[in-house]
Formats: sequence, C-alpha cells, structure tokens
Amino acid sequence: MKRRDSFPGSSGTGRLVGRFLLVSLAVVYLGVFLLLPLVTVFVQAFAKGVGPYLQALTEGDALAAMRMTLTVAAISVPLNTVFGTAAAWAITKYEFRGKGLLLTLIDLPFAVSPVIAGLIFVLVFGARGWFGNWLSDHDFKVIFALPGMVLATTFITFPFIARELIPLMQAQGRDDEEAALSLGASGWRIFRVVTLPNVRWGMLYGILLCNARAMGEFGAVSVVSGHIRGETNTLPLHVEILYNEYNFVGAFATASLLAMLALVTLGLKALLESRHPELRVRPAGDPAGRPAQVDAK
Amino acid sequence: MSSRGSTSSPGRPRQGQILPGFGLTMGYTVSYLSLIVLIPLAAAFLSAGRLPLGQWLHVLLAPRVLASFRLSITASLCAALINAVSGLLIAWVLTRYEFPGRRLLDALVDLPFALPTAVAGIALTTLYAPNGWLGRLLAPLGIQVAFTPLGVIVALTFIGLPFVVRTLQPVLADLDEDLERAAETLGAGPLMVFRTVIFPALLPALITGSALAFSRALGEYGSVIFIAGNIPLVSEVVPLVIMTKLEQFQYAEAAVVAVAMLLLSFAMMFVINAVQLALQRRYQARR
Repeated sequence: MKRRDSFPGSSGTGRLVGRFLLVSLAVVYLGVFLLLPLVTVFVQAFAKGVGPYLQALTEGDALAAMRMTLTVAAISVPLNTVFGTAAAWAITKYEFRGKGLLLTLIDLPFAVSPVIAGLIFVLVFGARGWFGNWLSDHDFKVIFALPGMVLATTFITFPFIARELIPLMQAQGRDDEEAALSLGASGWRIFRVVTLPNVRWGMLYGILLCNARAMGEFGAVSVVSGHIRGETNTLPLHVEILYNEYNFVGAFATASLLAMLALVTLGLKALLESRHPELRVRPAGDPAGRPAQVDAK
Repeated sequence: MSSRGSTSSPGRPRQGQILPGFGLTMGYTVSYLSLIVLIPLAAAFLSAGRLPLGQWLHVLLAPRVLASFRLSITASLCAALINAVSGLLIAWVLTRYEFPGRRLLDALVDLPFALPTAVAGIALTTLYAPNGWLGRLLAPLGIQVAFTPLGVIVALTFIGLPFVVRTLQPVLADLDEDLERAAETLGAGPLMVFRTVIFPALLPALITGSALAFSRALGEYGSVIFIAGNIPLVSEVVPLVIMTKLEQFQYAEAAVVAVAMLLLSFAMMFVINAVQLALQRRYQARR
C-alpha cells in the first residue's frame, strides 16, 4: 500500500510533527477508552489475589453458567452455520426476484434491540403467549428454559455467517461449480468438493464472530432466562447477578473469562485476516461485515 | 436494483438456474428465516395491535416512556457524533501512517464488538464511579459520569466506535492519492487538501458509519444499564423500560414500546441502506 510518508517534496518537519501528534492522539484515545476498561476487568478480578479468583470460577453456579453458555453456543452456532450456507448458496448461485428484499430480511436481527429479541419469544412462547397454554398442557418449557435461550441467541446471531459467506461466494462466481456440473458431479458433491474448500476460511471467520456474540449475549438471554441460578444462567447473566450482590471479585473473575474469550476471538480474527486478506475486503459496513457489494438484483 | 449484471451481458448465454439445489437451499432459507425471525417479530406487532389506539398513546406518552425515548435518542446521537470525530482520526491514523504497534491498535478497535456487553458495562462503571480510576480524576472538576446520562453517552460511545472506524478504513485506503498530490502541487496546504479533497470523499462513509453506530446505540442494553444508574425520568433508556414492563407482566405495553422502537430502528436501517446504495452508485459511476 502506498503510504503518505513516501511522498517526496513535501515540507518534512511540519508533516512529521503533525503525524506524530495525530498518532499520539489516537493511541491515547484508544488507550483510555478501550484498553483501560479491559485492564480494569483483570485488575478487579485479581484484586484479592489468585485464591479468591479461582474460588469464584470453580464454585457450582459459575460452573453451571459455563456449561449453559457452552450448550447454548453449541446449538445456536451450528444452526446459523447451516442457514448461512444455504442462504449464501441460494443467493449467489441463482438469479431471482426479491433478492434485495431477502438480503434485507436476513440483516433484520442486527437492527433489533437485544431486549426486543427476547421479548418477541416471550410473546410467542411465554405463559401468556400464543403457544403458552399448549406448551404448559404438554409440560414443555421454552421460556425460562434452554429452548428459549437458544432461540433468543440464534435470533441475535442470525446474520453473522450468511453475511460472511454471501460476499465471498458472490466474488467467486459460479464458473467452478458449473464446470463441476458439466463433468457430472452431483449438487452435494459440487458443494463439498468445489464450494466448501473455496469458502472455508470465510466460514470459519463467520463462525468465530457468531460464537463470540452467542457466548457474550446478555440482553436477549436476560429476558428469556428467568435468572434461575445454577439452571438457566449463562456467564454474562452470572456476571450481572454477582455484580448486583456486590460480589465484585466474583463478577470480574467471571467477566475475565469472557474478556479472554474476546481476546482470543480478536487474535484469531487478526490471524485469519492477515493470512486471507480477502476476508477483510468489504467496502463499507459494520464490524460484522455488511455485504454491501452484493448485487441486490 | 443494480447495474452490475454479468449474467445479462450480451454474447453470453443466460446462466441461471443450471446448478442444482435451488429448491432445497431457498426453501430452507425462507423457512428458517420465517421461523426464527419473521414470525416472532410479527408477534410483537400483533400483540401491540391488540391494544386500541388510545391505549397506545397512553403507553407511549407516559412521562417515563417519553423521557426514556428522549434520553436514548439524544445519548445515541451524542455518542455517534463523538465517534464520527474520533473514528475519523483513528481510521486516518491506522490507514495512512506506519508506526510501531499499528496492527495491535487496529485489532484493538474491534474490542467493543468482541467484548460481551455486560463485561463492558461493569468495567466502565467501575472506571467512572466516583472512586474509580477515571471517576476520581473527573470528580474534582465537578463531573460525575457514572449513574448519570453522561454515563449512558460514555457506554454508547464505547460500543459504537468500531462501526465508524471499520466503515471508513476501506474507503480511506481506496482514495486516489494522486488527487491529493495534484492539490498539493497547486499549492494547497495539508488542511486545505483535507477539507477540499479528502473529507468530501469520506463524507458518505462517515455518515453511514455514524448511522450504524447510532442505530446500534439505540437498542443497546448490557453496557448501559450498569453505568446508567437507571433513575426513572433521568437515566432510563428505552430497552430498560421494555424490560421493566416485562418484569411487571405488562406484556402488551412492553410490545407497544417495542414496536415504536422497532419502527425507529427499521427507519434507520432504511436510511443507511439508501445512503449505501447512493454511495455504490457514485463509486461505480466514477469507474
């Protein structure tokens, strides 16, 4: 990439001073606004030493919350991966009317507040919801139980993988697939042998972001969980409960686990981006990758 | 809706429905979309629709609800404006300059996006509380951040930053530096080059990024509720009001507030898409 500093003939010192000031300003801003909160999490978590930290992480409710977070993510992320793949195939391999509308609808969950995402499932499956009576007759709990938390999380993370795959598959076109077809390969075989290897890094990238959001989701899950300790608590909800009980070491110890998840996610994301620059190339949009270049045809 | 149609270019046969799997993937996409997103969202509109219009106004014009909308909108707007300025600076520094630690800083920009909101919420509250690292510095100046509307702005600024930076970066990297050089050759100083050449080219992306940050801020819950203090009429955001109504089993009222919020968010989404489309058209026309 061409860089500004290589430009000859400009007044050297003035430019250098300006550059130094701008860089320092950016570094200080990011340090105070982004890095400091992260540091606070770990400082507070270890405020009373390693013993209380480990104790907070190994007590029963914390372990139950970890299990719950892993369970919810283990269901939601594969569901959205299958959806994202199917949607990307349908959208990028064929021409049909209403493609723009479909793309907009897939993006819809990003415009919905997490609290509303939880609310809509309460309205459908809650005790006074549409299926409330039917569900209680059959003794099947959705709200204040695992299915509701999975539904809310799936809603929140719905567009992540589709949004990664659609621009990628759009850019790759369908010539490879059509060649495979002319050689007699079946649809499933074309997908497995031709398409999947082409998009696997993009898929992994999407899964990474989807998983981070699924494990960290708070608002939507908070509405549908009912906060039953040891049963329907996820790690973010456990953080809230401990914090509201003024158990700061416990709250920040649990938060530090989630912060580490965020750091690992960012590290892997940066690694994937440096190995596969095409994942980074997206014209405009939010950090989740808005596929603005897709032809809405 | 678009002009880049490779399939309809002359001389090539119309490719289209050759590959197998259209029925399966399309059917699955539409069914799954309906089950997870569309039908549940419709539930909010139908539940709210059960209330007569008079009740609607009664719910929405209640002082506590009105105050929450006022706070959510103004705080989100302030946060988006702050991010427009700082995001521009950070995107500029990250794309135009080479300096040690640049890649680390670049990765750090995504932190608000990767860090669970509840974690951000308690960390910011601890930092800005009167006895926190930053709160202690601000207290002598008479500035209290935690448990005031100012705290809401701080939290919303935190979560909105990556939207602006990540929208600006590719546009900045794509800018034709020859234009800047030409302007410099003609005697323009750095500030003038920025004002007349760079800024106009960045403006659409800057608006898009800030609008994305704004709409994300409107619905934000986790990072806000800890630092806001949640004082009725003063520091309650709309998602919290919905949550409160839910906890009091006022489902229909919660649905009414939610629908008002959804309409606002969808309007924002529409505006953002329109700006992006215009942006793309201009970009393609230039080529």
